[in-house]
Amino acid sequence: MSAREAAARVRPDVIPEPSLVARLLNSRNFLGFIFMLPLAILLLVFLTYPLGLGVWLAMTNQRIGGEGFFIGLANFEFLVRDDVFRLSVFNTVLYTVIASVFKFGLGLWLALVLNERVPFKALIRAVVLLPWIIPTVLSAIAFWWIYDSQFSIISWSLVKLGLIDEYIDFLGRPNWARASVIIANIWRGIPFVAISLLAGLQTISPTLYEAAVLDGASPWQKFRYVTFPQLTPIIAVVMTFSVIFTFTDFQLIYVLTRGGPVNSTHLMATLAFQRAIPGGSLGEGAAIASAMIPILAAAILISFFGLQKRKWQSE
Amino acid sequence: MASVEIRNVFKAFGSTEVLHGVSVDIQNEEFVVLVGPSGCGKSTLLRMIAGLEEITKGDILIGGRQVNNLPPKDRDVAMVFQNYALYPHMTVFDNMAFSLKLAKAPKAEIQERVQRAAEILNLSDYLERYPRQLSGGQRQRVAMGRAIVRDPLVFLFDEPLSNLDAKLRVQMRAEIKALHHKLRTTVVYVTHDQVEAMTMADRIVVMHDGIVEQVGDPITLFDTPDNLFVAGFIGSPAMNLIPGRIGRRDGRVWVEARAGVRLPLRPNAPGQQGQEVVYGVRPKSFQIAPSPGDDTVDMTVGVVEPTGDEIEVIAKVAGEQVCAVFTDRLALKPEQTVAVRPQLDSVHLFDAGSGKRLVA
Ligand SMILES: Nc1ncnc2c1ncn2[C@@H]1O[C@H](COP(=O)(O)OP(=O)(O)OP(=O)(O)O)[C@@H](O)[C@H]1O
Ligand SMILES: [Mg+2]
Repeated sequence: MSAREAAARVRPDVIPEPSLVARLLNSRNFLGFIFMLPLAILLLVFLTYPLGLGVWLAMTNQRIGGEGFFIGLANFEFLVRDDVFRLSVFNTVLYTVIASVFKFGLGLWLALVLNERVPFKALIRAVVLLPWIIPTVLSAIAFWWIYDSQFSIISWSLVKLGLIDEYIDFLGRPNWARASVIIANIWRGIPFVAISLLAGLQTISPTLYEAAVLDGASPWQKFRYVTFPQLTPIIAVVMTFSVIFTFTDFQLIYVLTRGGPVNSTHLMATLAFQRAIPGGSLGEGAAIASAMIPILAAAILISFFGLQKRKWQSE
Repeated sequence: MASVEIRNVFKAFGSTEVLHGVSVDIQNEEFVVLVGPSGCGKSTLLRMIAGLEEITKGDILIGGRQVNNLPPKDRDVAMVFQNYALYPHMTVFDNMAFSLKLAKAPKAEIQERVQRAAEILNLSDYLERYPRQLSGGQRQRVAMGRAIVRDPLVFLFDEPLSNLDAKLRVQMRAEIKALHHKLRTTVVYVTHDQVEAMTMADRIVVMHDGIVEQVGDPITLFDTPDNLFVAGFIGSPAMNLIPGRIGRRDGRVWVEARAGVRLPLRPNAPGQQGQEVVYGVRPKSFQIAPSPGDDTVDMTVGVVEPTGDEIEVIAKVAGEQVCAVFTDRLALKPEQTVAVRPQLDSVHLFDAGSGKRLVA
């Protein structure tokens, strides 16, 4: 027993001054900092560094195997006047908006259906998840067959049904190609939206619906006034992720069209890759990729405000 | 305002039948409590009145109209759920106004009716709050407010007080009763708490395993329980039930319990010599006798629990555990044997086989 502890024993009103280490170990802020440090370092090394490097590359004229110099915003100035880049921005926005709207609509509808009493529920839920579990490349190849100009099952069926005379060249004409890749993306993205929203639906207490029924609500009114308002927080999360995934999509396009025909399905991600790796212009590719950052940041900001606690939500 | 008639109603979930022919007549403006142990089918019956469960067999009539196939919203009943089921994303005002808004009532009328309900329930200061910002008792009141605003034919309550603490429960009990007095709407109230049933009901329906054991006003159920189940269920502490056989000799009647102990009966008591019966006596129907006699029985004291204004004694009579409550401040000690005199007028006899009350 130290002298001070002894003193404290004798006169209990004297609280002994704790040592610096003891105080630090009792400080929430200090402990929080210490516990976060390992993760912070990991994030710094594996996230911030590549991001920083990418942004730096975007401001050089680095080529593969060559030397690069800092050229400021010259890459961006060039891109602003580059028709292909501008087309890719248009494509990306179109792709994201249309695909996200359909993914949301169909995903919500599927979630609502699966939340009802349906036979073979577990089986159906597993099936719904399939498009999401299969590797993208695999499903993209499957779609490639479906859209093939000679072997397309869609064209074959339509011809057999007598609805069309000639096979459709799905991936060979710009607007057909756009629609085709968007449909493939929607197919792949629905499970994530549906299953997440289903999880949200299942947190809503069934007695609320019974109360609403007694209050005189029709099925639509139940959805409009009970389900939807309570689902908004999870919708915000799910759609943020969905928009980010869609906006940065690469695999599907790369397998299906490689950006063709005549760049009509090039997204910013595929264009960045094409310019940087096959094209060798690392700096320019990095600039295209960097141009996605502000748009993504805006999307995240919007959803951040969308995600803020509504007044009715509990802490 | 309306009567509710339940006629020989059955309910089966898949192949399990949980209600086996229930009939109850509920008068207009009556406060009827359905009471029974957990799982006996009270909520199921209530939900069938509301239209939330289908009727497997039988009829339910509200205000003389058969409602078997009427959707819930057309039955004009309001329900208060055990967990309140308030819409978490709506303010108190919107919660109460929801049904009126759906019915497309004019704004001014909605405003007025909600305000009035809020005044009755002391909620006027909370109209802009969300449910999560309210205490349990306030939420309970909002749930009632939501029902009142609708001005329904029948109020249905499903254990509305079971999530509240004991003190608040007593307070809300009184408030609900006062509310019924004011609004005079027919009420069907479910609880498994017999004290709640006794204090609130005009009439009580005692249910057990999907059947109705007895229907009657609280005093009738307490004084003349029809069967062993009602006898043991109504009253707190519960009635003491001691098995034995009727003995008769020389104009005297008694029940012979285990070890030859004789439990006194009044001379005109029913039952034949040798009949197997259950002798029922309420804890408060014992009196201490100065000395043993023909009308007394020996009681061996076990635990003595003074509550202040009375003394609760857990004891043994004829080898059976019994509970006795005395209002006198007696100095009883454990292991002590005293002679007690059961009040013969309030002794109940039940047939041991059927459990039915024996009547003279
Ligand atoms: N949806 C259902 N499917 C199958 N069985 C059910 C269903 N709902 C209730 N039951 C069964 O019906 C019986 C009566 O249930 P009910 O909820 O009416 O009991 P209760 O009297 O309200 O009990 P408690 O006091 O515990 O609320 C129970 O045995 C229960 O298991
Ligand atoms: Mg219940």
